[in-house]
Amino acid sequence: MDEEKPLTIEQFYKFIGEKRLMAVRCEGCGALFIPPRTICNRCLSKDLEWVEVKNRGKLITYTVIYVPPVQFQSMAPYAYGIIQLEDGPRIPGMIRNVEPGDIEIGMELIVDFEEEKDGEQEQQGRQGWPRWPRYFFRPP
Amino acid sequence: MAKPLASIVSAGLSKFGKREGVSGRELFVEAFKEAMERCPSLDPRKDIQALIIGQMSESFEHQCHIAPITSDWAGLLPTPAVRTEVACASSAAAIRYGVLAVMSGVYDVVLVGGVEKMTNRTTPEATEYLGMAADFPMEQWNGVTFPGLFALMATAHMHKYGTTEEQMALIAVKNHHNATLNPKAHMRKEVTVEQVLNSRMIAWPLKLFDCSLISDGAACAVITRPELARKFTDTPIQIIGSGHGSDTIGLYEREDLTSLMAVYRAASEAYKMAGVEPSDIDVAEVHDCFTIAEIMAYEALGFCKPGEGGRLIEDGVTTLDGSLPVNPSGGLKAKGHPIGATGAAQLYEIYLQLIGEAGDRQVDGCEVGLTQNLGGSGASCLIHIYRRD
Repeated sequence: MDEEKPLTIEQFYKFIGEKRLMAVRCEGCGALFIPPRTICNRCLSKDLEWVEVKNRGKLITYTVIYVPPVQFQSMAPYAYGIIQLEDGPRIPGMIRNVEPGDIEIGMELIVDFEEEKDGEQEQQGRQGWPRWPRYFFRPP
Repeated sequence: MAKPLASIVSAGLSKFGKREGVSGRELFVEAFKEAMERCPSLDPRKDIQALIIGQMSESFEHQCHIAPITSDWAGLLPTPAVRTEVACASSAAAIRYGVLAVMSGVYDVVLVGGVEKMTNRTTPEATEYLGMAADFPMEQWNGVTFPGLFALMATAHMHKYGTTEEQMALIAVKNHHNATLNPKAHMRKEVTVEQVLNSRMIAWPLKLFDCSLISDGAACAVITRPELARKFTDTPIQIIGSGHGSDTIGLYEREDLTSLMAVYRAASEAYKMAGVEPSDIDVAEVHDCFTIAEIMAYEALGFCKPGEGGRLIEDGVTTLDGSLPVNPSGGLKAKGHPIGATGAAQLYEIYLQLIGEAGDRQVDGCEVGLTQNLGGSGASCLIHIYRRD
């Protein structure tokens, strides 16, 4: 059961691997957090639990990165933004399947999940920690 | 104005730039030697009781544990030394904890400073190490860079307030001009608005000339209790306010992406402690890691209202001959940004300005100065306020 899963970043990405966008909800004040925390930074409650959130949101701000970190070099230039999910929390990520010129603040985006092919992590030099799958944003 | 917290009796700065073949500890000694030459009545081995040294990253030189190395190389052993780290604000943290150390009464005299050696690495390597100051699980993991984080703020600021790329370019033009007057600056070259706008895209809307430089450098200052200052120099500079603010590491978690709350928090503490208002500031060094960051600093420091930072530069208020010169040194933009040295280098500039030794870039008649040093994308900010004794 989800309730028994640890409230950790590692577990957040395990859910991403299952194509589920999960937040933790504070039972004290109702605040939602991505990634999970074990102390609510609003009301200090330590009573938090996993909840699934809808994978839809609106773009708050964005950029197009031309000079990327080494491991993202093959993807550049790529768009990157922050979305506000319909359920409240904000998350950052890459914006794909849309021309940079067509990106607008306020546009609707959905959170999608990378397909992990066998051996892909090793090919990308992603050995050792962490071995997390990735999510990204795209137009609905 | 309030009574001083501590006094600066000397300061030193290495030449900033691509210092090929010179390591971090050697840069630190260069800054240290200047500070000692400026203050012949200080006996470094006898008088300096502790070192507090900022450095962001051990990755550049594959060297942790920089603090005792600086003590050793400066010839100060067995004087104890400790490193402070809050990303790009690491040496402003050294200043604050140096001030608190002398206020505590445990030490009479401390050496504060910072150092970073960066240009021995390739740009992709440096980009990766700098990126470590951003949140790893959500931000770094999903491909953001530091220019990318400030670009997200710039886009939001343009969208909400109508700030323009031309206004951001004016920050670069101003700071590059100031750096031509600073012999220790990394890049002493004028740029035009057109050159900034036409420079290579790094993270839209930020272009190459919107970004600060990857530099090598070090800075330091000798801090003492105010009542002891005149034992060492006739021109001590007082530190009258110190503020420290924090915020979420993740930019995405902040409610308002157009304002840096850590800066507001640090400013509020520092102004209150110093008993001064933004209008009392005669000269300031602010954290222009990217041009948008200087515009946002104007607003958070109360130099103008939220959203009016672009107008402030457009009106020329912050140029060297304006009513509130900002970054007379050339700033991180053109003087250079050896991360761990930056906060102490800001102090060095304000120290020179207030003792009247800033040469061609001297701001006439300045009495009160301010430094604002930002860590990462704004999870940390430290502000200090200074005045002539």
